[in-house]
Amino acid sequence: MTTDDVVLAPRRRPGTPLTWVRGGGLSALVFALPLLVIFGVFSWLPIVRAVVMSFQKTNLITTSWVGLQNFQNVFADPLLPVATRNTLWFALLALVFGYPIPLVAAVLMREVRRAKGLYSALAYLPVVVPPVVAVLLWKFFYDPRPEGVFNTILGWVGVPPQPWLQSMTMAMPSLVLEATWAAAGGTVVIYLAALTAVPPELYDAAEVDGAGVWRKVWHVLVPQLRGVLFITLILQVIGTAQVFLEPYLFTGGGPANATVTILLLIYRYAFGNSLGGNYGEATALSLLLAVFLAVMSLVYFRLTRRWSTS
Amino acid sequence: MRSSRTTALAMAGVLSLGLLAACSTDDEPSGGESADGTVTITVAGLQPGAETEAVDALNERVAEFEAANPDINVEPEEYNWLASTFSAQLAGGTLPNVFEIPLTDAKTLIENGQLADISEQFDSLSFADDFNENLLESGTGSDGKVYAIPAKSIYGVALHYNRNLFEQAGLDPDQPPTTWEEVREYAKTIHDATGVAGYATMALDNAGGWQLAAAANSRGGVIQEQDGDAYTATLDDPAVKEHLEWLHALRFEDNSILPRTDLGWGEINEAFAGGQLAMYTSGSDVYNALVENNGMTEDWGYGLTAIPTSNGGGALTGGTLAAVTQESTDAQKDAAVKWIDFWYLSKMLDQDQAVADAKLRNENDQAVGTPVLPIFSEEQYATSLEWVKDYINVPLENMKGYTDVMFTQPSIGEISASTQDTYALLFPVVQAVLTDENADIDALLETANAQGQALLDQ
Repeated sequence: MTTDDVVLAPRRRPGTPLTWVRGGGLSALVFALPLLVIFGVFSWLPIVRAVVMSFQKTNLITTSWVGLQNFQNVFADPLLPVATRNTLWFALLALVFGYPIPLVAAVLMREVRRAKGLYSALAYLPVVVPPVVAVLLWKFFYDPRPEGVFNTILGWVGVPPQPWLQSMTMAMPSLVLEATWAAAGGTVVIYLAALTAVPPELYDAAEVDGAGVWRKVWHVLVPQLRGVLFITLILQVIGTAQVFLEPYLFTGGGPANATVTILLLIYRYAFGNSLGGNYGEATALSLLLAVFLAVMSLVYFRLTRRWSTS
Repeated sequence: MRSSRTTALAMAGVLSLGLLAACSTDDEPSGGESADGTVTITVAGLQPGAETEAVDALNERVAEFEAANPDINVEPEEYNWLASTFSAQLAGGTLPNVFEIPLTDAKTLIENGQLADISEQFDSLSFADDFNENLLESGTGSDGKVYAIPAKSIYGVALHYNRNLFEQAGLDPDQPPTTWEEVREYAKTIHDATGVAGYATMALDNAGGWQLAAAANSRGGVIQEQDGDAYTATLDDPAVKEHLEWLHALRFEDNSILPRTDLGWGEINEAFAGGQLAMYTSGSDVYNALVENNGMTEDWGYGLTAIPTSNGGGALTGGTLAAVTQESTDAQKDAAVKWIDFWYLSKMLDQDQAVADAKLRNENDQAVGTPVLPIFSEEQYATSLEWVKDYINVPLENMKGYTDVMFTQPSIGEISASTQDTYALLFPVVQAVLTDENADIDALLETANAQGQALLDQ
């Protein structure tokens, strides 16, 4: 780098393209171009294409414009309220079970003195298992026959065999159980990292003041983790609103649509029919979901800004 | 410094250009033709997870075909027709040049312009006039051109059973049930005696609707009526309700049905081969798949009998057509139809080919002689079986309940309008009946029927 460049940069005058080029604008653009191209082609273009497609009727071979028809069809679909209800139910269950468990696990793991690495490895292990393999494994556990794994274990303590995935009421909690097991490890690691940032002095001071474990957690750790907690909460809500893998692989949305989620419904629109999917309605519903999540995130950040440390 | 910066800039620029070029260039349709005039076609091969012996047998047949047609190179791909993956493959252009479709889908695919016109190639087949006319019609467009050729198999839905479980329960496996009431009694006897589920039904995705339709047809009902161009949904037909009540009784009164709603076509085969259930209904040719994918053997104890019929009902039939992708070049279309002739049809028409195929399949422990309905004439079917009688390795004596009536039992075609969408409305009903003791069958069917009619009115 020559001294010229250093001097030129700060006194950039608004104006001619020449000054822009000499100021490094061109090389910056050229360097950014690969990234822009990749993002443009693989991320933004599909988004734009999806928006366009939501106003079309297409089987990807013949295409016609239909205005808002796709949106009207989606809203008229009797499965939409079912899928919305199921998705909310999944999100609520996942929040009740899936949100506190990693936090508790992380706090406990911070408290243990020995073999910390072992515990975090064990907690993270399910995340390493490929999701499809994990689901196949759990399908085996959820065998509704008395000789199924979970039913055998329940049998030891005198509980009769449960239908698990084969019951309209138990199917969704069963999915949440597996999803929590599969995802908790990742969140635990985030919390563990955040916990190391808590100044030990605060902790020691609390201990000197005679605080027990519970009060240390409540008055020292949780306030320090506030920012991370807010982020993981919204990430979890966005994640659960898009739940697809578990219902798709475990139940296909059954029994009797008890586990059809919004994303599974989108999938069914697009690929449920061998004669060319209903891509217009699929993208219309995707778009609605994306807009809803964006608005919700925005409201959430507005509301929590003043409480958040960041 | 200056030079390394220039180099970096140049590299970034070249990279961007390269990316842009990669993104903008369409895949050159090579047409699978190489400089020496060899044509390459991809073809639907075995199902994913096929046993090694099945793969060996296919590869040998491919080698024989290539030896006879030195200018054609055949690349078999794993193929499993599923409503969900098929539409994605079709849209994405990733289907093999030769692929298989259900009879019921052909007309719509033709109307949508998604199948290649193979009339010219078809007409060159020496036996073009010998096909069962109704079958051939289903692959012909309104322009009179041929877009899909009857291939592989035409089946009737039949009842498959595990003879060993029959024996363990004190039932005579040579006297399989002939009415649905008997199926229920047998199922209960088997479950009570062995603890194994006596019956199971597909309930996952559209396969669940397909099997409910088959059961309704066997009980003399239909789920769609056609009057000229007008279609009426009859999902609330009494026969549909009758069968759902029957399933409900097996589940909640007898506890003799496998309490699973996550069984599709492949899963139920797997569960059956694994000894988890004694009886289920599926296409009469399922034995082929049981051998190919689930390692079933002749002495396993497999039994096949006709689906019980009442009230003038019959067996739901279906079948497979072979089609060629729209993107195929003329040379590929020529090669594709030659392959369809060789792989699917010649063994039904040409003694040498029939024997060669049967011998090879037999040597590789694949099923030879599984009962199917004829693509050509009934006589031709009998003749072709005669050619290969030395190689037949399916337990035909255990299939008499079906083979004795397969040509006399009334056969009923699948509904022709919104077939898959209609099945999609029915499978949640089956699932509800199997999981909810208080399921209101009338209300469920009424809702499904209203939605079915709405589909037809679109």
